[in-house]
Amino acid sequence: MTDSKVFMTPPDERGHFGTFGGRFVPEALMPACLELETAFVEAWSDSHFTDEYRKVLHEFGGRPTPVTPLHRLSEQLGLRIFAKREDLAHTGSHKINNVIGQTLLTKRMGKTRVIAETGAGQHGVATATAAARMGLECTVYMGEIDTERQALNVFRMELLGATVVPVTSGSRTLKDAVNEAMREWVTCVQDTHYCLGSVMGPHPFPWMVREMQSIIGTEASQQLQQLGVEEPDLVVACVGGGSNAAGVFAGFANSSTRLIGIEAAGGSAVGKGSPGVLHGMRSLLLQDEFGQIEEAFSISAGLDYPGIGPEHAYLAASGRAEYFAIGDEDVINALQVLSLTEGIIPALETAHAVAWILQEAGKQIPLGSTVLLNLSGRGDKDVAQVREILRAQS
Amino acid sequence: MKSLETYLRALRASGRKALVPYFVAGVTPHWVQHVEAAVHAGADAIEIGIPFSDPMMDGVVIQEAALRALQAGTTFDSLCTDLAKLSTSVPLVAMTYFNIFHHYGLERSAGKLQSSGMSGAIVPDLPLEEADQWRSACAAHDVANIFLVAPSSPADRISSIAKATEGFCYASARMAVTGKSNNTGEGARVVSEIRAVSDVPTYIGIGISTPEQARAASSVSDGVIVGSALVQIILNGGGADDVESFVGGFRRAIDE
Ligand SMILES: Cc1ncc(COP(=O)(O)O)c(C=O)c1O
Repeated sequence: MTDSKVFMTPPDERGHFGTFGGRFVPEALMPACLELETAFVEAWSDSHFTDEYRKVLHEFGGRPTPVTPLHRLSEQLGLRIFAKREDLAHTGSHKINNVIGQTLLTKRMGKTRVIAETGAGQHGVATATAAARMGLECTVYMGEIDTERQALNVFRMELLGATVVPVTSGSRTLKDAVNEAMREWVTCVQDTHYCLGSVMGPHPFPWMVREMQSIIGTEASQQLQQLGVEEPDLVVACVGGGSNAAGVFAGFANSSTRLIGIEAAGGSAVGKGSPGVLHGMRSLLLQDEFGQIEEAFSISAGLDYPGIGPEHAYLAASGRAEYFAIGDEDVINALQVLSLTEGIIPALETAHAVAWILQEAGKQIPLGSTVLLNLSGRGDKDVAQVREILRAQS
Repeated sequence: MKSLETYLRALRASGRKALVPYFVAGVTPHWVQHVEAAVHAGADAIEIGIPFSDPMMDGVVIQEAALRALQAGTTFDSLCTDLAKLSTSVPLVAMTYFNIFHHYGLERSAGKLQSSGMSGAIVPDLPLEEADQWRSACAAHDVANIFLVAPSSPADRISSIAKATEGFCYASARMAVTGKSNNTGEGARVVSEIRAVSDVPTYIGIGISTPEQARAASSVSDGVIVGSALVQIILNGGGADDVESFVGGFRRAIDE
C-alpha cells in the first residue's frame, strides 16, 4: 500500500490498489488477462497507438468536449459551477472514450470480435458503435429485464450490427450480464476481446479503463485553467462502476481539489457495502450476511450495480475521495432543474451528481466554491422513463 | 502432505481410477442422502458445491441448482450442519467461489471445512496469484487447496499450478463453464502437460457427462469429476435411487 500522497498511479504488478483490485478469475481467463495487460502496457506507451486513439476520439468521438459555465444555476446556488460536457461526445456519454481505446487495442491484439455487458444499453451502444467503425464483430450481453426496459437501445445496437443476447440468469440485470459475458469469454478468448464498460473487473481493466477515461480530467483541467480556474474546489461525478468519475478525478487527483463520487442510494457500495470478491476484483460490494451478492436498485440502470471499481474503494479508504448517495426521489427533480435552468437534459445517472450539488450548496459545499460537475451523459435515453414517472406523480 | 493427497495417492497406487461426483449442497432437503447414494455406488470422493449467487464458472444447470439451494436458505453453516448427518469414509471436497470464504473469514472457513469433514477445497475464481492467504489458512487446518489447469494455461503456469495444487490437480477438459458436452475435449492433452511436470494425481472435469466419456477420460488420467449431468438428474426430481444408478453406471464404465 502506498503511504505517499500520490494518487491514481498504476496499481501494483498484480493489479492492487491498496487491498482492493487484483485478478480473481478462473484459470481459463488468466492467460487472456495477462495478454491484455501486456498489450495495454505496450500500446499505451506507443505514440502511434495513443496518437491514433486521440485522432479517432477527435474525428469520430467529438472530442474535446467543452466545459460549460452553468451561469444561472451558479447564481441560484451561490456557487461557481462548470460542467464537463461528456453528454456531447458521440453516443451521448463518456462511454465512447473507453470503447474507442479498447476496440483499437482489440485490433492491435489481432482479435476480430468484441463482447460487452450492458445495463441500460449505453455501454452496449458505445461498443456496437466503435465495433462498427473498426470493422469488428460485436455481441452484447444484456439482462432480460433491461432488454425490455431499454428496447430502443437494443434496436440501436442491432442497427449498428451488434447481436444482443438477453441474459436470463440470476437477477437478469447488469450484474448477471457481466457474469454471462465472463462465461462466454471463456469459450472464445482466442479471437474475442471482452470490452468491459467500467473501471471494474480483473486487472488490468480497472486501470486500463481509468487511463482511457482520464482524457476527461486532462481536458477539463486545461479548459478550466483557460477560464481562469487554477484548481476547482470540488469535482463531482456520479458513480456506477466509476469510470466517468475515475476519468475526471484523474485530472485532479494530486491537487487539493475535493473529489466527490455520488452513488445511487440503492446501489451504494461505499455507503452500504463491505469488502468482497466479485467479477474478478476485490472491492466494496453489496452483500448479505453470508456473502451472497445483493441486487442494486436504482431509477437509473447505469448505476444499478452492487459494486464499485476497486480504485474507488481504495480512494474511499484512503480518504482521497469522498462518496455520498442520492435517492431516486431527488434525481428527477435534479434532472428538471438542470433542464430548466441550463438547457441541458442530463442522463439520470448524471442527475445524481446534480442532485448532490443542489442539496449541499451552502452546506458541504461552502458558498462561493468553484465546482466542476462531470456531465457524464445526456438524458435522451431516459426521457420516456421520466415522462412516466412525472405522469404518475401528477 | 495433506491427508487428502495421501489418500488419493494411495487410491491411485491401488490401481483404482477416482470417480468424483459433484453435488450442490441444499438443492433438496435430502441432498445428503444423494451423497450417500453416490458413495454406495462407488464414488471415491465427493465434491460439495457451496451455492453462491454469482457462479461465474458455471453453466445453466449448476446455476439453477445454486439458485434453488439459496432460495431454500442454504448457507455455509447450514450445509455443514447437514453434513454432520453423513456417515461416509470417502473424502469430501468443498467447491465454491472465493467470496463465500472471504466473507466468512479465511481462517474460520478453513477451520469450518475441517470440522465438517471437508478435507479439500476448489475455488475456481481464486488463481494462484491471489491465493497466498487462503493457502496459509488451509495449511493450518489440513485442507488441501485444489487448483485448476485450463486448456489455455501456458507451460510456465501449468508448472507453478501443478506444484501448488494439493490433493489433486483439476484438469479442465475444455474452454467452457460447467455443463454437458459431447466429447472429452482437450482433457488428455492438459493431463499430459501436467504429468510432464508433476506426479500429483490429476483428474479431468468440465463437461464429462456420459459413462463413455468418463471411461475415455479416466484412461488418460487418474480420475474424473462429474457435475452437471448428475445435478440435472436431481433438478429433474431424481431421488437417491436415481443417483445410485447414475453413479453406478459411471463406476462400471470406468472399471471396465
Ligand atoms: C451517462 C452515464 N453516466 C454514468 C454511468 C455510470 O457508469 P460509470 O460509473 O462507469 O461512469 C453510465 C452507465 O451506463 C452512464 O450511461
